[in-house]
Amino acid sequence: MPFPDGPPPELPARFRGRPEIDAGLCRSGCTACAEACPTQAITGGESAQIDLGRCLFCSNCVEACPEGAISFTHDYRLAVRRREDLVFRAGQDTLPLAAALGAELRRLLGRSLKLRQVSAGGCNGCELDTNVLNTVGWDLGRFGVQFVASPRHADGLLITGAVSQNMKLALQKAYDAIPAPKIVIAVGACAIGGGPFIGHAEVNDGATDLLPIDLLIPGCPPHPLTILDGILRLLGRLDGEKGSATRDGT
Amino acid sequence: MSLRVGLAVENGEAVPVGEVPELSNQEFRRVVIEACRRERRVSALFADSRETEGGGDLVELYAVLAEEDTGSLLLARTRIESDVFESLTPDCPQVHLFEREIAEQYGCVPRGHPWLKPVRFHAPYRRPASGGETGPGPVVGVMDYYRVEGDEVHEVAVGPVHAGIIEPGHFRFQCHGETVFHLEISLGYQHRGIERHLVGGPTPRTVHYMETLAGDTTLGHATAYCHAVEGLARIHAPAKAQFIRGIALELERLANHVGDLGALAGDVGYLPTASFCGRIRGDYLNMSALLCGNRFGRDLTRVGGVRFDIDDAVRESLLTRLDAAERDTASAVNLLWDASSVMSRFEDAGSIPENVAREIGLVGPAARASGLGRDVRTDFPKGVYRYSHVPMCTWSTGDVFARAYVRWLEIQNSIRFIREELQELPEGALQLNVSSLMPESIVVSLVEGWRGEICHVAITDEAGKFRRYKVVDPSFHNWSGLALALRGQEISDFPLCNKSFNLSYAGFDL
Repeated sequence: MPFPDGPPPELPARFRGRPEIDAGLCRSGCTACAEACPTQAITGGESAQIDLGRCLFCSNCVEACPEGAISFTHDYRLAVRRREDLVFRAGQDTLPLAAALGAELRRLLGRSLKLRQVSAGGCNGCELDTNVLNTVGWDLGRFGVQFVASPRHADGLLITGAVSQNMKLALQKAYDAIPAPKIVIAVGACAIGGGPFIGHAEVNDGATDLLPIDLLIPGCPPHPLTILDGILRLLGRLDGEKGSATRDGT
Repeated sequence: MSLRVGLAVENGEAVPVGEVPELSNQEFRRVVIEACRRERRVSALFADSRETEGGGDLVELYAVLAEEDTGSLLLARTRIESDVFESLTPDCPQVHLFEREIAEQYGCVPRGHPWLKPVRFHAPYRRPASGGETGPGPVVGVMDYYRVEGDEVHEVAVGPVHAGIIEPGHFRFQCHGETVFHLEISLGYQHRGIERHLVGGPTPRTVHYMETLAGDTTLGHATAYCHAVEGLARIHAPAKAQFIRGIALELERLANHVGDLGALAGDVGYLPTASFCGRIRGDYLNMSALLCGNRFGRDLTRVGGVRFDIDDAVRESLLTRLDAAERDTASAVNLLWDASSVMSRFEDAGSIPENVAREIGLVGPAARASGLGRDVRTDFPKGVYRYSHVPMCTWSTGDVFARAYVRWLEIQNSIRFIREELQELPEGALQLNVSSLMPESIVVSLVEGWRGEICHVAITDEAGKFRRYKVVDPSFHNWSGLALALRGQEISDFPLCNKSFNLSYAGFDL
């Protein structure tokens, strides 16, 4: 795969990446998109916005909007550093994409990042498309990023799932077992805010109030390319907006 | 006396719930046990409660019995008094988990159940008839595990957090040296409370619950749900939508079966097939994404039809990709059967004989690998499968090899099926509007997901909203199969046996 030195793999024509809202088209008082949204991620009107941390990228809002004000673009780059950066407002043309870790963490982890994955109350979709990065085409290992069996061997945690009450303790123990300094990556709508299970007493609505999250990758599930893009950005291995890589991690 | 004491319905056919005969506890027992003796099986056994005028509540048990020979589903119900009923499990082992689930959800005790433990470790759905509060659920993973005692016997505990990128679950092995005497599997870590939140639906979120019951079975569960609601709305999705659903369902099967064969190869250290199949699985997922923009088929199927068309360009692209993927799959998979190092690990590992498979009610490729001819697409066809037949594939040895080889046979049939459906794709609408659902009605919807039979049962209230929505993922039937497959095996064969079933934690935990 030429990415990230070359172009990313081709995405399907119907792929739904970063949305776009043209609030100028919104009728005053119209709540069609909000009513159609399964997770209350969107509000229409003059201050129209989509919280991509809650969004399932289902495009019910696109279908419901009588004015065609909402669309989903092919922009697969969605990973951010702060929860509030996932609130995408009308008129915005890009997300504040994840900045690289600080110099010291990049020195430690930039060329060798070992992650422990914890699956905690999702559907297994995010796990599957994270695992795909280990297949020969994507070959995550070429960036020095590996998933390891023990948290003791890890530099960080990659969390998927809404954090079921039944996984809360195991997640905390896995985190505690990782030696510092450590990073945390939340992959998917569930881990960020509960996903389709938001508001259920059986889950914690994600991990953001449990652990310090360094990288949030939205989607249900995010495309492997979106996950890879996020990890490389965090490690400072993508050159800003161009998406091209710098080989030495600088 | 006739066995047909229940009400026979077709897959996806809604009927007034009052027509389901209410049997005495004894009669209900007899019907279920007799059915299982006659080579029929329990697709679902669950409780439902509703408030009575006196302020208390009434708990009923519902049974859905699958009659493969007649293609009909037999429904029966019985009332539970004082939260106690006589357990069926001693006479009918395949219901053991269903009864544990009933006890956990509704606080009704199956008296005489030999193995009454929590299933998902959550608080009960209702207050017990004796009064009092429901209280918090039990602590996950804390229960009375089966133990083997004696010198040199040791216990191995694994999970909930596993070594790879996989779902959480807890496994306890009772071992003597390398040999596993017994494996007990304790789940519930993925419990998200979906069934409880389906009550009162459909809502805008309902179909998304279906698509995330088990993420790798997005289309299986979403299709079962759509069939159920369409039955309750007394509509049929347009022909073209039914074709597209069938194509998407087979693509889902292909991606998972190919992925499983690669993972099985990986578990015996045979890297060529592991590497090839890891990539080829992605080719099938990308075909799903070609259809609907998402690799798991999210947002394709909706009540009334489908949201995305297969136009000429998509069809041509699918056919071209399918040809390439078929060639690649064949050359990757056929390496397995010629590699003696692979075959010596696959053969005789984790065997489930046919009688055991029948007794514990296995479904899907695992059942067919043990010689049981069960396939919803053949036995209870719905949608496009009523017009186009996918031949059923079975094997007799019931071991890891059989579960692998049945997958390979099914891969070939699915590819053939998709190609035929693409060539015969009808014209017409994609989606119909749905108005209201039949009130106080019941519908059973079966779909052959890639893991096996998916069973959804919806019961509506007087307003046509879900009073109860029961989901049975194939994993619910098959986890017991994995536990039994390990008996007498070497513990080092666990990953291999586990992968040969590849069951869903999310689909089980709900």
